[in-house]
Amino acid sequence: MTALDLIQRDREWHPLALAPDYKTSVVRSPRNALLSLQSSDSELTGPTFGHDDIDAIDNDLIRNYAKTGDPIGERIILHGRVLDENARPVPHTLVEIWQANAGGRYRHKKDSYLAPIDPNFGGCGRTLTDATGHYVFRTVKPGAYPWRNWVNNWRPAHIHISVFGTAFAQRLITQMYFEGDPLIARCPILKSIPDQRAIDQLVAALDLNATVPLDSIAYKFDIVLRGHRSTYFENRPEGN
Amino acid sequence: MVQSLHYLKESASQTAGPYVHIGLAPGAAGFDIYRQELGRDIAGPNAQGERITVTGQVTDGVGALVKDVLIEVWQANAAGIYPGKGTVENGFRGWGRVISDFDTGVFSFETVKPGAVAGRDGRMMAPHLNLWLVARGINVGLNTRMYFGDEAAANTTDPVLNLIENAHRRETLVARADGDVYHFDICLQGDDETVFFDI
Ligand SMILES: [Fe+2]
Repeated sequence: MTALDLIQRDREWHPLALAPDYKTSVVRSPRNALLSLQSSDSELTGPTFGHDDIDAIDNDLIRNYAKTGDPIGERIILHGRVLDENARPVPHTLVEIWQANAGGRYRHKKDSYLAPIDPNFGGCGRTLTDATGHYVFRTVKPGAYPWRNWVNNWRPAHIHISVFGTAFAQRLITQMYFEGDPLIARCPILKSIPDQRAIDQLVAALDLNATVPLDSIAYKFDIVLRGHRSTYFENRPEGN
Repeated sequence: MVQSLHYLKESASQTAGPYVHIGLAPGAAGFDIYRQELGRDIAGPNAQGERITVTGQVTDGVGALVKDVLIEVWQANAAGIYPGKGTVENGFRGWGRVISDFDTGVFSFETVKPGAVAGRDGRMMAPHLNLWLVARGINVGLNTRMYFGDEAAANTTDPVLNLIENAHRRETLVARADGDVYHFDICLQGDDETVFFDI
């Protein structure tokens, strides 16, 4: 072993694969138990990214697709840190986000919701965390939108987030929600998470200390990736 | 009461949803925004080894095609070295993003065939690709591996394949070789369900 193992993923903290109230999960969830695999280099290594891969404008969703002016919507700063389970920052890791516009419409050829496309809003951004694990995006707050699950389901306002870490086994996609949204408690996708504390961890807090006065309001959202285990005494195979 | 251990909890996963392309493959969503999309070229122009194509489809528990899946690939180079672990060819990323066609459900990508990699206990693992699947309806991304059908001897002694007790299920991880094209279908649920790992 050359790299340290990761802390086991807590499957009781994550959403259940089969969550019948989130209907699509019924046919897309494996029926067999996942096969537990002790890590090798295949799991403990992973891709890395640098400043050659992305551009400085990529984290500014107010400007990165602007054609004739700024997009419509409540201007927000989304910032926070990427940490591991040992509370250590994860530096220089790629964070990618995507979201609906202020009206709840996605710029996607498969989205046909009647709210209009915003000509000045693409809806995606990406950045690298700095040496202390911080990231920041500027965007507009996404709108809630209806989706086909039950006849009358509405997603709470949310931003999708993808994060890498250093090991392929740390790979994570999640969603961040906004403090105070009454749709959070009614969302079948969120309710596929059995533990309320895990849901609370996905709700970003209003952060008045990080606003740009007279310009943009702010939300703070920390993301936690799996941490590495500490092994103080190596386990030696019998006979050695 | 006892002292707190002060560990944090991993952020809970949430589905990538049907519009994952906006964030991770915006060209497929229907717009052009970045100077370059990431994950388009796994091996790069300088990679040694055999150039191959991998193609297949993903199906759900009732046999329907999963047309909105996004798959990430992570692999060693032809010498069995992962980027970050040793020196690899200039431009060899070992990582890529693949999506299914919205109409046919077919995915396809080009890379080089990886070499064998030492496993956890030093036993060699047969050449394989590490895959991670996300889509609408998948609440936590699914990890699996693709092995190569023309590596029968290496597959027989692979320590991971040998963890799978049922031989029929082992076959779900082995791609069918057809020259330099490998056919690999993934089944999310049912009789032919692919083996997925908790890694
Ligand atoms: Fe969404």
